[in-house]
Amino acid sequence: MPLLDIRNLSVDFATASGQFRAVDGVDVNVDTGDILAIVGESGSGKSVSMLAMMGLLPWTATITADVMSFGGQDLRGLTPRQRRKIIGKDMAMIFQEPMSSLNPCFTAGFQIKEALRLHLGLDAKERHAKAIELFEMVGIPAPEDRLKAFPHQLSGGMNQRVMIAMAIACSPKLLIADEPTTALDVTIQAQILDLLTGLQRETGMALILITHDMGVVAETAERVQVQYAGQKVEEQPVGDLFETPHHPYTAALLAALPERATSRKLPTIPGVVPGQFDRPMGCLFSPRCQFADDRCRNTPPAPCGPELGLARCHYPLNAKAEATA
Amino acid sequence: MSTPVVIAENLTRHYDVKGGLFSKGGTVRAVSETSFKLEPGKTLAVVGESGCGKSTLARLITMIEEPTSGTFSIGGQNVTPETWASHRADVQIVFQDPYGSLNPRQRIGSILEEPLKINRPDMPAADREAKARDMLKLVGLRPEHFDRYPHMFSGGQRQRIAVARALMLEPKVLVLDEPVSALDLSIQSQILNLLVDLQERLGLAYLFISHDLSVVKHMADDIIVMYLGRPVEVGPKAEIFAKPRHPYTKALLSATPMADPKAKKTRIKLEGELPSPLNVPAGCAFAPRCWKVKDKCRAERPVLGDEVHPAACFFPEA
Repeated sequence: MPLLDIRNLSVDFATASGQFRAVDGVDVNVDTGDILAIVGESGSGKSVSMLAMMGLLPWTATITADVMSFGGQDLRGLTPRQRRKIIGKDMAMIFQEPMSSLNPCFTAGFQIKEALRLHLGLDAKERHAKAIELFEMVGIPAPEDRLKAFPHQLSGGMNQRVMIAMAIACSPKLLIADEPTTALDVTIQAQILDLLTGLQRETGMALILITHDMGVVAETAERVQVQYAGQKVEEQPVGDLFETPHHPYTAALLAALPERATSRKLPTIPGVVPGQFDRPMGCLFSPRCQFADDRCRNTPPAPCGPELGLARCHYPLNAKAEATA
Repeated sequence: MSTPVVIAENLTRHYDVKGGLFSKGGTVRAVSETSFKLEPGKTLAVVGESGCGKSTLARLITMIEEPTSGTFSIGGQNVTPETWASHRADVQIVFQDPYGSLNPRQRIGSILEEPLKINRPDMPAADREAKARDMLKLVGLRPEHFDRYPHMFSGGQRQRIAVARALMLEPKVLVLDEPVSALDLSIQSQILNLLVDLQERLGLAYLFISHDLSVVKHMADDIIVMYLGRPVEVGPKAEIFAKPRHPYTKALLSATPMADPKAKKTRIKLEGELPSPLNVPAGCAFAPRCWKVKDKCRAERPVLGDEVHPAACFFPEA
């Protein structure tokens, strides 16, 4: 039984102009020790699906799912009090902006000790020792001094380390990193990614990495799921995804990478991601897809089998090799 | 080799910071002694991490700020604050965030016409409008977009508008300050193609500022790598990527994730972070993080030579 099992998750937001479906029938499956990357452009629902699971969405959101279980526990009917017992302990999340996700009014030490006090019930001395140990684990130099520092006295990379230290404080079974390095410089990004994968290896926790950066995906993830306009369009192990993408969107996205360019002109994906009012009837990618025909425009495709990377497409690419094999 | 349109020599910009209640004052050395040449039809990329002075450099070249010392010339004429007004039309800028750089209360038409209104006051209104409509077409927007407001556009379209506005005065130089880093991957390639296309058609010189090396690799002809306000390595793109000489360039290249899961590479792990520009180390600025640092590096600052591919390092890679 997987650690995290989400099936057919949908999230609707009540907006002034009507219902808006941000996440549309997404499945997420993570086992202990997995590194799953969720990739997609802005508006693809990659963050919202994770926030929905953590119960961090505002009241305007309606969340429905066939299955949403974590470590055997059903997450759907939990009261906020029960949910808080799990969140921050067995399941933790790191956000994109380390500067704004820490409370500027309290020291880094106070904030990390808060988690230790609430979830582990340690006394003051144990908390202090554990906090120093955690800071050392995430590579913060002079941890004793840094515990007394306020977030504005630390750099972005250091703040992100504090966030990671807080997230792993209670040895979570699942760590969700939502664009953990987007706001950081590349040399710092490399440090943080190494830290995350190192911690994952040491502790054996599951890691979900939400990102839009294909380079980060290629270097860290084991399995990748690609989302587009709220739907999961493809899921494959990382090597196969980069080699034989089955969904035209994945293929086009990879082709648009400047480092894969063969000429001065890059291949592009025309148009933009559909919004609230121009959601197509059939396949959501059909208006931008170079292979789309009438069937794509009228009938929404169902996901293919696992041999085709669960691609949500009527005409998945690179299908021949599998058929003959 | 054509005549350079911009020649910058030893551009320096320091900011004096006043001491506050709890802090001492000091000097922020944002950019120090940076020289380069920019040729028409070519792209010069400036790369480096945040705080390395690349945006300050852009502000100096676009005459938003005055250099503390050093000079630069545009089209052979020396530029001083007194002559700024006559040169401003030659250098235009596109900013990073297309959501913040367009006035939400202006229609696209008037956004595009404004530079002409200010700089060519005697141009008839009809000509102005015609020119703005032509520009809209040039950057790949439709004529009906002329009367719309910025909020009706997506990020990529807004960046097109920002490019169109920058081109209204027919500049020779376009400064692109992280033009695609706020855009999604599928939109990024559209804007990069537009920039390539415009450069070919109009012979523009680009000063391309970016931290994304894969974009720089695609766009640039020459590259300046900056670290803490100083260029540490300068050279043609192919050489910088194939044979980086400065250890910082090498580390930067190795830290950039590559979208290829099979590429096994040895990543150089840099310890620590960029020192504060308020408090620049005495010797080489990179010395505290460098893995091949020697005593000489901490004491003396290496200078950038004038070879084809110079690196400011005492012990450059072969």
